[in-house]
Amino acid sequence: MSTSVAFKNLTLGYERLPAVQHLDTEIKQGSLTAIFGPNGAGKSTLLKGLTGSLSPIEGHIEVSNLRADDIAYLPQQSEIDRSFPISVLDLVAMGLWREIGAFGQVGRKMRGRVEQAIAAVGLRGFESRAIGSLSGGQMQRALFARLLLQDAELVLLDEPFSAIDMKTMADLIGIIELWHGEGRTVLAVLHDDTTVRSHFPETLMLARELVAHGPTETVLTSENQFRARQMCEACASTPHVCGKSAA
Amino acid sequence: MIWDLFLAPFADFGFMRRALLGCVAVAVGATPVGVFLMLRRMSLTGDAMSHAILPGAAIGYLVSGLSLGAMTLGGLIAGMVVALGSGFVARFTTLREDASLAAFYLISLALGVLIVSTRGSNVDLMHVLFGTVLALDDASLVLLCSFASLSLLVLALIYRPLVLECADPQFLRSVSKLSAVTHFTFLMLVVINLVAGFHALGTLMAVGIMILPAAAARFWAGGIGTMIAAAAAIAFLSSLSGLLLSFHYSLPSGPAIILVAGVIYTLSLFFGPEGGVIAQTLPRRRFKT
Repeated sequence: MSTSVAFKNLTLGYERLPAVQHLDTEIKQGSLTAIFGPNGAGKSTLLKGLTGSLSPIEGHIEVSNLRADDIAYLPQQSEIDRSFPISVLDLVAMGLWREIGAFGQVGRKMRGRVEQAIAAVGLRGFESRAIGSLSGGQMQRALFARLLLQDAELVLLDEPFSAIDMKTMADLIGIIELWHGEGRTVLAVLHDDTTVRSHFPETLMLARELVAHGPTETVLTSENQFRARQMCEACASTPHVCGKSAA
Repeated sequence: MIWDLFLAPFADFGFMRRALLGCVAVAVGATPVGVFLMLRRMSLTGDAMSHAILPGAAIGYLVSGLSLGAMTLGGLIAGMVVALGSGFVARFTTLREDASLAAFYLISLALGVLIVSTRGSNVDLMHVLFGTVLALDDASLVLLCSFASLSLLVLALIYRPLVLECADPQFLRSVSKLSAVTHFTFLMLVVINLVAGFHALGTLMAVGIMILPAAAARFWAGGIGTMIAAAAAIAFLSSLSGLLLSFHYSLPSGPAIILVAGVIYTLSLFFGPEGGVIAQTLPRRRFKT
């Protein structure tokens, strides 16, 4: 399998303080990878680097054969204004942006696809409901429907299952596995190791620096988790010293 | 009776017909912009921008008297400078947009007052402050109608990115580069509508016809399209009733129009079916979280 994303000596951070340091690894095309690590390990920062909203301090990210709109990104705390008066149908239809742009028409065929996507996430019958009336889990389902329509090669999910019920989580994992089956590359930041073990073949363990990357059963060991916590605690107290030692 | 109260003023007096046309133009142009201002929680931004336009118009007036062109140009320039300046500061520094906007409009307001005071106060400046809806000439009417048409046209063009920019700005930034363009185009629309509004209602009242109908419409409509339609209808009703009140009771027309809009807003607040006070206390037929 070819490489989809390559991190080359990548350092990302905010205001010159690195949050991810000297990351050197590759994500294979079509892989289903969990990004795992303690709080403050730079997991979300890594996704922001991939979307291009954060520029590297050092090194770079090689994304092969992908344009910016081939990447779909579901942030952890979305900036969606839940009080804004639009329907579930309108929210999900935003996923068609790449095809319709600012002026294109949503024809009958496209409307059919929007309705299919809504049905696929189990929200049939909610089409005309205002987004403000959805529960947290239903909102996450709607956002997954939008991701379905984005039809992206690379899907980035930041804590997609935080604060949602088990049934919703099981349904959404079904969709992630569907993407995996279609050969899309999926990267998901997760904090629950049981979920990672049972559904994600690959794991990238991060503690600002790379701890380990490979098949989940070899990466997600208690030694690695212990080491990751220690590395993060060391970094949190002396971030600059950490940078020097890694160089 | 009905004829005397509602129709005779417009049938008998040309200035009333002109005033009504001017108000309708302002209402149709400004209310959709007002709806988006309200939905983006930028109602006070509209207020701040209207203050920023005042000194610009005053400078135009001092340079070439009560000239429509000079005052319009002055207002447009001042409004755009403040809109663009505060936008740039917000995007490229750590200062939030509301704070930078406040800073810019305070500066331009102080500058305007300083310039006016060097020439001494003038009664004609009341015209800028409170408008001359009952004395609109042909050129002013053409200007108001042109601005309203331009505003509607541009709004139709940027409608989809604007809705996205309001509802989910992060998503818009991730799929397109239109975010900044949309934001600044929208601010330009606010400026041209406020400048059009100040010819009819004055700088102090212009923002009222933009925001009050929009705020009232929020209580009547669930979607954006219906909200815009309701806001335009409320603005039209306010203009019509305000002009008639001002005709029959010799009241200043600008404040009369805005006060009618204020009464409609207050009624909507209580009786509006979408989240009005009474609708919220009554038992619900449909579920809403």
